[in-house]
Amino acid sequence: MARALALAAALFAAPHLGAAEGQETVTTFTLENGMDVVVIEDHRAPVVQHMVWYRAGSADEPVGSSGVAHFLEHLLFKATDTLEAGELSATVAANGGQDNAFTSYDYTAYFQRVAADRLELMMRMEADRMRNIRLTERDIVTERDVILEERNQRTENNPRSLFGEQMDAAQFLNHRYGVPVIGWRHEMETLDMDDALSFYRTYYTPNNAILVVTGDVEPEAVRELAETYYGVIPANPDLPERFRTQEPPQTAARRLTFKDARVAQPYVHRSYLAPERDSGKQETAAALFLLAKLLGGGNTSYLNEKLQFDSQTAIYTGAFYGAMSLDDTTFDLIVVPAQGVSLQEAEDAMDKTLADFIAEGVDQADLDRIKMQLRAALIYERDNVDGIGNRYGAALASGLTVEDVQAWPEILQAVTGEEIVAAARQVLKPEASVTGWLMNDAEVTQ
Amino acid sequence: MKRLFACVIALIIALPAWAEVKIKEVTSPGGQNAWLVEDHSIPFTALEIWFQGGTSLDAPGKRGATYLMTGLIEEGAGDLDARAYARRLEELAASFDFDVTDDTLSISTRFLTENRDQVIELLRTTLHAPRFDQDAIDRVRAQVISGLKSDETDPNSIAGASLSAAVYGEHPYATEGKGTIESVSALTRDDIVAAFDGTVARDRVFVGAVGDITPEELGAVLDTLLADLPETGAPIPDKAKISIPGGVEVVDFDTPQSVALFVQQGIDRDDPNFFAAYILNHIIGGGGFESRLMQEVREKRGLTYGVYSYLLPKDLASIYMGSVASANDKIAEAVSVVREVWADVAANGVTARELEDAKTYLTGAYPLRFDGNGRIANILVGMQVQGLPIEYIATRNDQVNAVTLEEINAFAADFLDPEGLSFTVVGKPVGLDSTN
Repeated sequence: MARALALAAALFAAPHLGAAEGQETVTTFTLENGMDVVVIEDHRAPVVQHMVWYRAGSADEPVGSSGVAHFLEHLLFKATDTLEAGELSATVAANGGQDNAFTSYDYTAYFQRVAADRLELMMRMEADRMRNIRLTERDIVTERDVILEERNQRTENNPRSLFGEQMDAAQFLNHRYGVPVIGWRHEMETLDMDDALSFYRTYYTPNNAILVVTGDVEPEAVRELAETYYGVIPANPDLPERFRTQEPPQTAARRLTFKDARVAQPYVHRSYLAPERDSGKQETAAALFLLAKLLGGGNTSYLNEKLQFDSQTAIYTGAFYGAMSLDDTTFDLIVVPAQGVSLQEAEDAMDKTLADFIAEGVDQADLDRIKMQLRAALIYERDNVDGIGNRYGAALASGLTVEDVQAWPEILQAVTGEEIVAAARQVLKPEASVTGWLMNDAEVTQ
Repeated sequence: MKRLFACVIALIIALPAWAEVKIKEVTSPGGQNAWLVEDHSIPFTALEIWFQGGTSLDAPGKRGATYLMTGLIEEGAGDLDARAYARRLEELAASFDFDVTDDTLSISTRFLTENRDQVIELLRTTLHAPRFDQDAIDRVRAQVISGLKSDETDPNSIAGASLSAAVYGEHPYATEGKGTIESVSALTRDDIVAAFDGTVARDRVFVGAVGDITPEELGAVLDTLLADLPETGAPIPDKAKISIPGGVEVVDFDTPQSVALFVQQGIDRDDPNFFAAYILNHIIGGGGFESRLMQEVREKRGLTYGVYSYLLPKDLASIYMGSVASANDKIAEAVSVVREVWADVAANGVTARELEDAKTYLTGAYPLRFDGNGRIANILVGMQVQGLPIEYIATRNDQVNAVTLEEINAFAADFLDPEGLSFTVVGKPVGLDSTN
């Protein structure tokens, strides 16, 4: 079942770039207990990155327990049957390595970067905490304070983050993407041992996990180690199907204004509900990906040309598309108005520019330039196999397959200007939008 | 028992073997030096060019000129205006990143082998014929001013500015290299041109290259890019006099979480005790969960998400800094715990176990930094700026391992200054008032 293929050979659509035969190979297989494994080789330096991704993120949390996925991520650095609290990280550090973890809507991932000959030790410890954490009430209380301070730092102290939270909450009426990954404060304050352990026992199981190993490793050696340490953990037969309440069609434009005395630079944020990359069906997402690049992906983007260079309405514009997502995602625009330009004027200029873009169609030279950069990116990214590994991990945790990941570059190259305009018409609909203004409330006293 | 077991693991495993980084010193036909690591496995090159000087070179009354100039280098060159220049760079699928700190203007580039000549031609034009068009100046100036306005209500920026002003006196380091809204608003095109001419010169340039390029090819690139630059730039300022009053300064700002920076006297990069200081800082607050500060402030008490310390040896002054952020009603306790850690390490030193763990980590982590063309190029040029020899990479871990427990603890007692440790706290801290 192991499949190896030369990355470069599989992905390069553009012969004129003259890419050499890639030395890196991607190998994938699945353990008998259902744990997926991705190995990406790079033998230039004796370094390895070892990651375990769980297909469980904040959008999988029970109602009322927002933040528990992230809380649990913190708690996995506490004690297990064989490790004291903090000992895993201390052991990684004592071996010259670095470790950490992150939580998103659709996944939670743990990783270590370390000398390649320490891979077995990493697997032994990571496999241990997949099943054997032992928490104390003191861990719960102290670490809950830590995540509340984390929320203070990331969100409460930053009006742009608070605004973003309100935008997401307005965009998602019925889907958990409307709840922040770190959690709502009032629910975080009530998270307890049962919340954490219930989430852990449900989702931290090999049949819900993806092992991604990148760097100076041989796939067969990884397989042997993975079977030794992860293969012996029984699958959870009661792993629930991943089912979230979905968004209804949006039929009315939504608006909000967020005021905060700490806002020095107001701006307009627009989001639209948008389809994500679906397994075997990534074409619309590819068109939206390129649409974001064309509209607001850099110095030569359409919004920049019109609003920064021509009309000087804005000092910054950007377009963003969250292509990798288990459920419906968003397509977002930001316009930061120039001095003396009101938010209303900035918003009107943005809407006129979007309409003009759709009416004019895609400039082929612009599209060709972006495609050239995407092809070049395939060469540059071979310098960072950890980054490639991260993409596989996120994709597999977001409902995509290895085949989807490998097909994506060619799908992007095949997208036409007409398809991009069609995707723009499909997604950039006023009645399916949320528009937010971030403002300073001059009346709020400091 | 479990602790002991981990200790045994740490002792029986040998140091990781690691790839030799083979640095060649290249001298171009025109006499320009560079350090090169050849690696032909991926058809691209990372080229890093640093000019020493940075925003500290700003002329009197022209604060922010070097920063604004740096943002304008990519806004057109030769026949290409800003838009045409951006399109050209995208067509070549290369990237040029221009950045500036107090001490250095850096140009980080990445380009494919197949169109290297065209990219180098564009970079040559960039360095020899930047346009600095008035419309570009006005556009980028507006972005800088927007950023300065945002800094005025960002607790981290407020804290940094307040601390720098207190510590660095009359030196350029005392003020923000971005300038002030007033100073940036007054900058003219002549000021920008003068800042460029003062910065981009041969007497202060350092180059590192890694990737698919031979020494001969790099030599030709160096001459194309640098041979015709002016010989000398603006004089680099004198060293700064550091003044650290001790105590607490509270900057009132309405936000839920207070941000605190702390500072004491630092140590120069070329001080014989630098490695002792480097290891000591790692143990106190160097980033890991195992550090004293993380253990005491976060792991045991849950007072913060992160608390760190770092040596900050700049070219013209060295300080030792740290940061912590806690809810307004908890910051006073966090500050007090940081002071206790400082006093404890000064009085009692670190343990043999801590020193061993720090050495194992620092020596094991060092080779992990050499993991990509761009990162290695960055290290190569950084070593040159610091005046380190090429052999440094091979001997650096020995220098870490050579520090003994007696040395580090004698150094800690002398270096750490619990009374002199100054805190700048931005927020609405409860139970904490300015002492000066």
